[in-house]
Amino acid sequence: MADSRVHRGQRSVESTSSAITLANRWDHFLARWGVKRNQHVVEPGLYALGNPRADSPVFVTANYTLSFDALRSALAGIDGYIMVLDTKGINVWCAAGKGTFGTDELVHRIEATGLHNVVSHRVLILPQLGATGVAAHEILRRSEFTVEYGPIRAADLPEYLKTHRATPEMRQVRFNLLDRVVLIPVELVHVLLPMAIAAVVLFFVGGFFVSAAAVAAILAGVVLFPILLPLLPTSDFSVKGFILGGMVALPFVLTILMGNPAVAWWLRVGEGLIFPLAMPPVTAYLALNFTGSTPFTSKTGVRREIFAYTPIMAILFGIGIALATAVILIRGWGGA
Amino acid sequence: MIGSYRFNTLRYNPELCVNCGMCSIVCPHAVFAAGEDVAQMIRGEACMECGACQRNCPPSAITVDSGVGCAAAMIRAALTGKKEVTCGSEIESSCCCKERKPPTCCGA
Repeated sequence: MADSRVHRGQRSVESTSSAITLANRWDHFLARWGVKRNQHVVEPGLYALGNPRADSPVFVTANYTLSFDALRSALAGIDGYIMVLDTKGINVWCAAGKGTFGTDELVHRIEATGLHNVVSHRVLILPQLGATGVAAHEILRRSEFTVEYGPIRAADLPEYLKTHRATPEMRQVRFNLLDRVVLIPVELVHVLLPMAIAAVVLFFVGGFFVSAAAVAAILAGVVLFPILLPLLPTSDFSVKGFILGGMVALPFVLTILMGNPAVAWWLRVGEGLIFPLAMPPVTAYLALNFTGSTPFTSKTGVRREIFAYTPIMAILFGIGIALATAVILIRGWGGA
Repeated sequence: MIGSYRFNTLRYNPELCVNCGMCSIVCPHAVFAAGEDVAQMIRGEACMECGACQRNCPPSAITVDSGVGCAAAMIRAALTGKKEVTCGSEIESSCCCKERKPPTCCGA
């Protein structure tokens, strides 16, 4: 029976440590900025952390460097095995949603690494968020290994290992300020080019003031929004975005209304209205796009948001642009 | 109209529950809690439809139309005429996962 479990082509167990080097930190930095985003990968397989024995615990993770490094650094001083699944360089939760951090890959990896012969026990500790892709009862049936879902965050593992029971706090996802702030760089990278183009075009069409308004609306959506998310009223991201965009538009409106008294009042009102019409939809759209970066928006809810608010965004933005065009034409004719 | 997240597709049939406790372990939003005889759904409105409970429910007492609540991916899928995507699926460059890979979002 034991012979049947000797797998040909079985790879040797590589060793790793809990140390995070300068090179690791540089890799994390680049990952956060979306640089070389397909290259933050770890070779799938089995890794020995410290000096594990046959009865040492086995931890399963994704082959994304941020996931792997978070796990091994959290396990400082603990001897164990880390089994890295091939998730195509994607983190645990995303990969679980996609199915690459999944039942089939886990069963395959158990066989490919010859885990049956490496450890004497039959328990795997998985990150809780991997449960989206892994059916524990199927793993047991197909591999004889019992899946134990550990805490969501690797940092809670040392505490968890004392009792092998996670507290309710360990089981709930958080999205605190730091969690949100680390997402801003990639959000920024995404809008950089469109923002630069919009800024340059608007500078030539309407001058520095209009250009600044566009940049403000966009930065509000990708920088201020993640920071202020829980403070903005309502649960719908689009509404939160409209409110934030409105607040950011306010100084622009006031500047125009209280501007040059030589300009006819109705022209000033017309010009002032451009900003609360055109800016909030931009911020709201970017806010809506942030849903995918949060750990709590449902597919049903986001779909409802898209149907409810994107038409409003388009209409308001369209009116704002039409009004801006009218103001520019009137000013051109009047020489004002 | 303000309240897009009050509805979701999570359905639980306690009659099928074998009280294994997995749903209350895997749920990242404490939607389920362990009960005397069967699991209790205590915060259904907090469900984000990740599908972890459904996948780990041996008797299939829980069903949910799981997917990723990612507007960027859905809008892109709609614009390109492809079917709605799960996280980072066939539309390679879509969704948070492929591009953002944060520890939250999509995941740890």
